[in-house]
Amino acid sequence: MNNELFGFEINVWFDALARVGIIVGFMTVTVMALIYIERKILARFQMRLGPTRTGPRGTLQSVADALKLVGKEDLRPRMADPWTFELAPYVVFVPIFLGFVILPFLLDWHVRILELGLLYFVAVSSVNIVGWVMAGWGSDNRYAMIGGLRAAAQGISYELPLVLALLAAAMLAGSLNLNTIVVAQAHIPYIVWQPLAFFIFFVAALAEMNRPPFDIPVGESEVVGGPFVEYSGIRWSMFFLAEYAALFILALIGASVFLGGWAWPLGEELGRWWQLVLVSAKAGGLIFLVFWVRASVPRLRIDQLMSYSWKVLLPLTFVQIVVNGAVLVYDWPDVVLLATGVVGLGFLFWVTDRAVRRPRPRPALVAQSEAAR
Amino acid sequence: MAMPRLPDQEFETQDIMINMGPQHPSTHGVFRMVLTVDGEVVRDVVPYVGYMHRGAEKLCETMDYRQGIGYMDRTEYLANFNAELSYVMAVEQLMDIQVPERAQWIRMILCELNRISSHFMFTGAFGTDVGVFGTAFTYSFIQREIVQDLFEEITGDRLMYAYFRPGGLAWEVTDNFVERVREVLTQVKQGLKDVDGLMTANEIFIARTRGVGTISTEDAIDYGMSGPALRASGVDLDIRKTEPYLYYDQVDFDVPVGEHGDVYDRFLLRVEEIRQSIRIVEQCLERLRPGPILPERMPRMLRTPPGEVYIRTEAPRGEYGIYLVSKGGNRPYRLKIRSAGLSNLQALKEMTVGQYVADAVVILGSIDIVLCEVDR
Repeated sequence: MNNELFGFEINVWFDALARVGIIVGFMTVTVMALIYIERKILARFQMRLGPTRTGPRGTLQSVADALKLVGKEDLRPRMADPWTFELAPYVVFVPIFLGFVILPFLLDWHVRILELGLLYFVAVSSVNIVGWVMAGWGSDNRYAMIGGLRAAAQGISYELPLVLALLAAAMLAGSLNLNTIVVAQAHIPYIVWQPLAFFIFFVAALAEMNRPPFDIPVGESEVVGGPFVEYSGIRWSMFFLAEYAALFILALIGASVFLGGWAWPLGEELGRWWQLVLVSAKAGGLIFLVFWVRASVPRLRIDQLMSYSWKVLLPLTFVQIVVNGAVLVYDWPDVVLLATGVVGLGFLFWVTDRAVRRPRPRPALVAQSEAAR
Repeated sequence: MAMPRLPDQEFETQDIMINMGPQHPSTHGVFRMVLTVDGEVVRDVVPYVGYMHRGAEKLCETMDYRQGIGYMDRTEYLANFNAELSYVMAVEQLMDIQVPERAQWIRMILCELNRISSHFMFTGAFGTDVGVFGTAFTYSFIQREIVQDLFEEITGDRLMYAYFRPGGLAWEVTDNFVERVREVLTQVKQGLKDVDGLMTANEIFIARTRGVGTISTEDAIDYGMSGPALRASGVDLDIRKTEPYLYYDQVDFDVPVGEHGDVYDRFLLRVEEIRQSIRIVEQCLERLRPGPILPERMPRMLRTPPGEVYIRTEAPRGEYGIYLVSKGGNRPYRLKIRSAGLSNLQALKEMTVGQYVADAVVILGSIDIVLCEVDR
């Protein structure tokens, strides 16, 4: 019952605890860095400065915020359901951190490589929706309840396109093991063959993370923070931590499944440091894209969000999966994949554009008054 | 307490009431509305106004005509010059004062610039309502800031200018006024392109605003709406054209009119009005000549003969009217402000019922209210 972690034999329980400690510590630091980076990048987009005062160039702002949040009083509304209210942050926080287990950072840097890693990730990460609903329901606040129910509807709707888009890539690799998927992309990353699946993955991931333009559950101008509205102090910061941890994890999954992770280009030949550069650049690029989207688009409405998932994204992922299956079974040339992806993307944009620009119904009375004129 | 049992056959749902405001982040001040929602759909909305009521009208009756100017600023704090203009024009009409030409042109320039800054405030706040995280707000606010810097140079104040006087202006504008206004216009044109590019053609923005909060021409007239909110419904009514005051009959500009009466039309209309205001200011600058800014003989103390007058002007939000009754002496006997915001707000229920909760916020934003003006 011994295990090797630091190059010498230690007890298996200590090993497990040490790994958990490393994950939580690493994630906390990453999240604080991400928050600082997001604030700085958003500030650039908005012609502001962002944090400048705390530490050199404001780098300690996240630390100060974290300390402030820990020091704040942990309030609970009197009429709130105590158990639901207090457990909700854990139910959001823990599943997202469990997703960390299967991340393939580098060739030999990971917590565990599971044979069904992708399935594990998908299964575990969807549990956090329960936490959102708990938070919304337990707070005894109507904004929170609307937000929680919105989160449930949105989470369930976008889980499917997300999973199916990942599945499309996994079909090509013939494995759910993330390391195998990465190795399979050593020459050409899957984004080349599956641009449609990548786009759908990105959109669905934005919705899963409740990032703009899909921040409907927390929409500040409508439901004032949604499920979090009654939370304060350390519990609120756990929601925040979970949100940014999800961003980090989904960016790494996207980088591994579609952008070739550490393997492309020349990952195996050039060694560990090059792999680190590759992974950081790809995941960082995706995270930057998420921030960019946040700075530039308005929020969708809940009915538009749902119909976009069920009427547009889901059928297209099905098409992609069927084509992938046909290509694998009948040995069609790979160009078919690319063609499907490009045509599918074109169709997606066309449908969106058409939906947006369809003629407005003119109010009956306006038409009447014009006829009378 | 026993839980109410649900009927077996069908799942009965209950509408819930949501209180929005007066401290909700997107109610533009201290406005409160109680929404009755069925899931996400608004079934009823009850607006509550009056949180900002300070009795500005009554206060004006206790002070002389010059002191009242400041109170006009405080009612309409986003378009102060337009509010001051109505008031000083009312006093001028009562006292039968002829305002020198230069003062009129400068008033026109300042009012149109104020319209620009007010509409930029609208695009910014509206962007936040629709959900652009801050970017629309900062883009617009920078433009507003540029205009406001100019106002500060002229009047010495950033918000409460109190610069117009019955008869003309408080003091001469700065020496480099014309160059500065041209500079501001160049920057504003660029800023307008930025805001336009960020929002007007954005698919999500269009999806959120097109066909939302529609109000028909008849209803808009019946509710007494005015300004861009009315014109978006297809009524070609702009007081600058129909009853020209200042020198609006001498400049060339178009009045944009919408045809769908929805939120998107109201937004586009205001963006177009910024363009037209820029045109007006450019023409005014060419007509501006040196000269006096107050009539030669102004009494030391403003005393009006008995009488009553109603003056209305086209403020950025619509018709800003002043009803002034005088029984002689140096203070008004009765002052009534006809604010565009209050009338436009009446149509909120008509526009909102049947829409989604998220739309309620957008519709409220599209009316572009200033709570101080609504409540006075």
